[in-house]
Amino acid sequence: MSVKRLRGLLLLLPALMLSGCNLVLLNPAGDVARQQSDLMIASVILMSLIIVPVLIAIGIIAWRYRASNVRADYDADWDHSTKLELVVWAAPLLIIVMLGAMTWIGTHQLDPYRPLTRISEGHPAAANTQPLEVEVVSLDWKWLFFYPKYGIATVNELAAPVDMPIHFKLTSTTMMNSFFIPSLAGQIYTMPGMQTVLHAVINKPGSYRGFSSNYSGHGFTDMRFRFLGMSQHDFSQWVAKVRAGGNDLDRQAFDQLNKPSRAVPVHYYAHFDADLYHHILNRCVDPGQMCMDKMMAIDANGGRAAHGNASDKAMSGNPSMTAPAHDAAAH
Amino acid sequence: MNTVAIDTAPAEPRKFLCLEEAHPHNGTLLGFWLYLMSDCFIFASLFACNAVLGTSYAGGPSGHDVFDLTGLAVNTALLLISSVTFGFAMLEMARQRKRAMLGWLAVSGLLAAVFVGLEIHEFVTMIAEGAGPGRSAFLSSFFTLVGTHGLHVTVGILWLIVLMVQLGKHGLTEANRRRLFCLSMFWHFLDLVWIGVFSYVYLVGVLR
Amino acid sequence: MPDRPAIWNFLLGRLSLSSLPLDNTIVVWTFVAVALGGAALMAMITYYKKWGYLWHEWFTSVDHKRLGVMYMVLGTVMLFRGFADAIMMRSQQAVAFGSNMGYLPPHHYDQIFTAHGAIMIFFVAMPYIAGFMNFVMPLQIGARDVAFPFLNNFSFWLTVSGVVLFMTSLFIGDFSHAGWLGMPPVSELKQSPGPGVDYYIWGLQLSGLGTLLTGINFVVTVIKMRAPGMTLMKMPMFTWTTLCTSGLIVVTFPILTATLFLLSLDRYIGTHFFTSGFGGNVMMYVNLIWVWGHPEVYILILPMFGLYSEIVPTFSGKRLFGYSSMVYATASIMILSYLVWLHHFFTMGSGADVNSFFALTTMLISIPTGAKIFNWLFTMYRGRVRFTVPMLWTMGFLFTFTIGGMTGVMLSVAPADFLLHNSLFLVAHFHNVIIGGVVFGVFAGINYWFPKAFGFRLDEFWGKLSFWFWQIGFWVAFGPLYVLGLMGVTRRLSHFTDPSLQIWFIIAAFGAFLILLGILSFVMQIYVSIRHRDRLAVGSDPWDARTLEWSTSSPPPPYNFAFIPIVHDRDTWTDMKKHGYQRPMEGFNAIHMPKNTGTGVVLAALGTVFGFAMVWYIWWLAVVSFVALIAVAIVHTFNYDRDSHLSAEEVSQFEHNGNWEPKAQGATA
Repeated sequence: MSVKRLRGLLLLLPALMLSGCNLVLLNPAGDVARQQSDLMIASVILMSLIIVPVLIAIGIIAWRYRASNVRADYDADWDHSTKLELVVWAAPLLIIVMLGAMTWIGTHQLDPYRPLTRISEGHPAAANTQPLEVEVVSLDWKWLFFYPKYGIATVNELAAPVDMPIHFKLTSTTMMNSFFIPSLAGQIYTMPGMQTVLHAVINKPGSYRGFSSNYSGHGFTDMRFRFLGMSQHDFSQWVAKVRAGGNDLDRQAFDQLNKPSRAVPVHYYAHFDADLYHHILNRCVDPGQMCMDKMMAIDANGGRAAHGNASDKAMSGNPSMTAPAHDAAAH
Repeated sequence: MNTVAIDTAPAEPRKFLCLEEAHPHNGTLLGFWLYLMSDCFIFASLFACNAVLGTSYAGGPSGHDVFDLTGLAVNTALLLISSVTFGFAMLEMARQRKRAMLGWLAVSGLLAAVFVGLEIHEFVTMIAEGAGPGRSAFLSSFFTLVGTHGLHVTVGILWLIVLMVQLGKHGLTEANRRRLFCLSMFWHFLDLVWIGVFSYVYLVGVLR
Repeated sequence: MPDRPAIWNFLLGRLSLSSLPLDNTIVVWTFVAVALGGAALMAMITYYKKWGYLWHEWFTSVDHKRLGVMYMVLGTVMLFRGFADAIMMRSQQAVAFGSNMGYLPPHHYDQIFTAHGAIMIFFVAMPYIAGFMNFVMPLQIGARDVAFPFLNNFSFWLTVSGVVLFMTSLFIGDFSHAGWLGMPPVSELKQSPGPGVDYYIWGLQLSGLGTLLTGINFVVTVIKMRAPGMTLMKMPMFTWTTLCTSGLIVVTFPILTATLFLLSLDRYIGTHFFTSGFGGNVMMYVNLIWVWGHPEVYILILPMFGLYSEIVPTFSGKRLFGYSSMVYATASIMILSYLVWLHHFFTMGSGADVNSFFALTTMLISIPTGAKIFNWLFTMYRGRVRFTVPMLWTMGFLFTFTIGGMTGVMLSVAPADFLLHNSLFLVAHFHNVIIGGVVFGVFAGINYWFPKAFGFRLDEFWGKLSFWFWQIGFWVAFGPLYVLGLMGVTRRLSHFTDPSLQIWFIIAAFGAFLILLGILSFVMQIYVSIRHRDRLAVGSDPWDARTLEWSTSSPPPPYNFAFIPIVHDRDTWTDMKKHGYQRPMEGFNAIHMPKNTGTGVVLAALGTVFGFAMVWYIWWLAVVSFVALIAVAIVHTFNYDRDSHLSAEEVSQFEHNGNWEPKAQGATA
């Protein structure tokens, strides 16, 4: 029957071509992605226990009970069997119970908010290691990385020493993006005015692809960056290189950078304003804006009334056009 | 099992067709009830927004600053009473007393109209104070939820007027009674929603 | 607002000559083609003097069968549009590598993937399922019509309104580029100041209202209008799934309406529901839209499950295995579908407990779905399976959907989803279930019920060709997307830098080309069948089927059944045949039927004008059309005379002249 032959051909074709391509999700270089990938593969194996027999059974039953095969038994009224129906419900249930248990454990273990407990299989994270802190901002349409410990910042290039836990804090200026380095770890959204967290570690040196995987407007396609896994020594050199070749990221420079642009080349900043990330996160880089954390503190205390009339001035004029009050305290 | 019937086929031939024309069931009330349930989900979404955004004052006024509880009490009373008077209208309908029924309907409509008027007044005052729907997410959700309810009441009043004309013209026919039942459900439903708005948006809004 | 005298801004809002995308050659040529085609069609209808016929017999018809057919035509027309978008995306992605930027700049490409998604779901899949439910369900339950025939007509025209607005956006202004769900912040006024998102909002609001009315209508129909003897557990499976889908529509579409309403408030009056500042919360939109969006995919697939549950027993010559477990499976899928929405954004950072909960509920859905697959399998077991065209599509569904289900469960494993989310693997997965489940079902259903609607069968050769092109084309087009997903390639990209990916996109484009041949074969199938309709003519029951719709003539008379049937068994028609049912030839009664009305067309037309006016900020027109809308609706309620009357003689005529016996050789294989 041509059904089977075609199906065989179809399955063969990808198998041949797969040998020549890099299925990064099945063979990632970072421990978190590795565990996520293992879980994915395990789920496929587990489901195959039921899917493969079903696929085969569809073919066999359809063929055996074809109308022209008059030798097969025929029972037009056979429509119920308690035993079979128990099997029909129990078999998928069993698979799902197992898969569900795996998922529950995996989801908790691989929660992006949870600090890493291991560097790689068999290598627990040392209790006293300080993870590398990186603050990530998705702009329209490029990535900005702050290294608070080193006082440097980069655009569209990210580097980290191998086997060193990385602690990402992420936010966005306007759009919703998703920070994704397939080789390193699963993705996490970046959202304006909010901070998400991701813990990850890279185990092999190399240059990896990173990008936004959540559509964010016309420049989205070019929102790519390089992620460099390096030895500790190379990383120090990289930091030095950034320091040497970079200029200053102050508010003016940030405003310039913040303008929508596409396919932005890598560039470095040797120094940045200390509270810049905080201001981006709280949407108050513009000195005329009240910082969101402050605003939320006021709101938590019952709003304007509880705060006196400090912001009443800003309430005049067209109400829908009124900006939140000035954030005098921050300057 | 349904299959059993085949093995024990009855001796006399089965009757396969209704040879008389039967009067079909009318599904209007059920359909309208389903519509109200779907409307419930619209309000549920708006309530959910209010729950999420209810304290996002964006440095602006809170419920405590802008809600006028006295006006609110009057408004609530008006709407609840209009529900009662609508109930009287339905009772009169059951007694086939058209004039009394129309009278009670008119009273219900008037009460609702005053309700809408007071609500518009509240909105205008708030906007004039700078507490318009664009001021903060809290106010956006407030105006939208309360406004959507007010819009429903307005539609109810319009419907009531149309239906009173039809009742006047054709009397208490079956179709008109059915329509009145639907409007009555709508009216009480809006009351129910208002109780939610009153207690959750206003009272909780003032307290938090 | 454009820079010109104020009077023009008053009259035309923000509409101006520059709104016409004259600089875009693709659009201009599309417009020329559509205009010429439309003009030719109009000219033909005028020449053959068919306007009156179309208006009186179809456009104003409240007959559920006619509306069903019109829905199918609408779905097919929009399938061409949606597929044109698909071909453009596939070809862009196949060539746009390295220095070659392809032929679609991002702002155009982004509109295309938005339009493709929105059109395929709202104006292809939804009209198709509405068409099936309309045509089949009242016949299956032995009813004369649906509960609210006028609303049914109105619903259809509201769907058309949405289509008109979507299509208008192609030629006047532009379309949304915010993805098929119109996610903020991209869809907020600041990021999308143009009319695109407004077209999207108003198109969906109008058609969404239509869908909601359809849902209410069908729930009431199933509950109130079943033939005597048809208890809930004797309803055909398709009717059961219609009931569940309609129930889902009633509880989910209002949420879509509310969500889009809030988005439009953000855009029109400057509220802050989903904005980034002033306390707005974009995550709320994501949650709300998926609370509607996930049940929506079950709204699409459930009727198809029902449809397969009719086709498999018919062509296996056997009762459906495990009927009650099918019913419970359907109902539990319906309920579970409401509890899984968060699996669309595990990566938003909701925390492990929340993610695990939604991962588990998602996996749970696979249990009733798996049970269904088994039940179809056991229905074929000990049967006599005839591989007609509808059955071929069903077999294709069983293979394809099972694999799509497996990749779906993979995605539900939350940690794995952190890798697969938004990737081409995800794109491949949902096409796997929507094409493998819904589209295959649509073609199975068209081939199955076409003879009932028109009295002749569809051509087998072209039908089989269409099936094989689709089946092979599907795997060639989406197999590579699975692979690319595993290579870490994300969706919605218009250009690539890594040349090693290109071969896969070229294969995928070739697959899309095969699917194109499948669609063309389907068109050919319809054409050939109409040409050879005499040779393909069939009687009332060409497939030796089992449910009530096959007990009446093909096509059925306007009143469906001269006598309302009495139901004794689930497979009512099989039961009737078995017990020597004889069709009565005399003793007919007069029958009340609802009158046709043009009010639905008028209301929907006014709704379209209102939507257009809102999109372009033509406030006076919006007010006028809205007031007119209300006025027409009120005037309509003053019409109490809505029934017409078929005399016993007319019924007798229909019954004697109807198409009952095959005129040529039968189709039963």
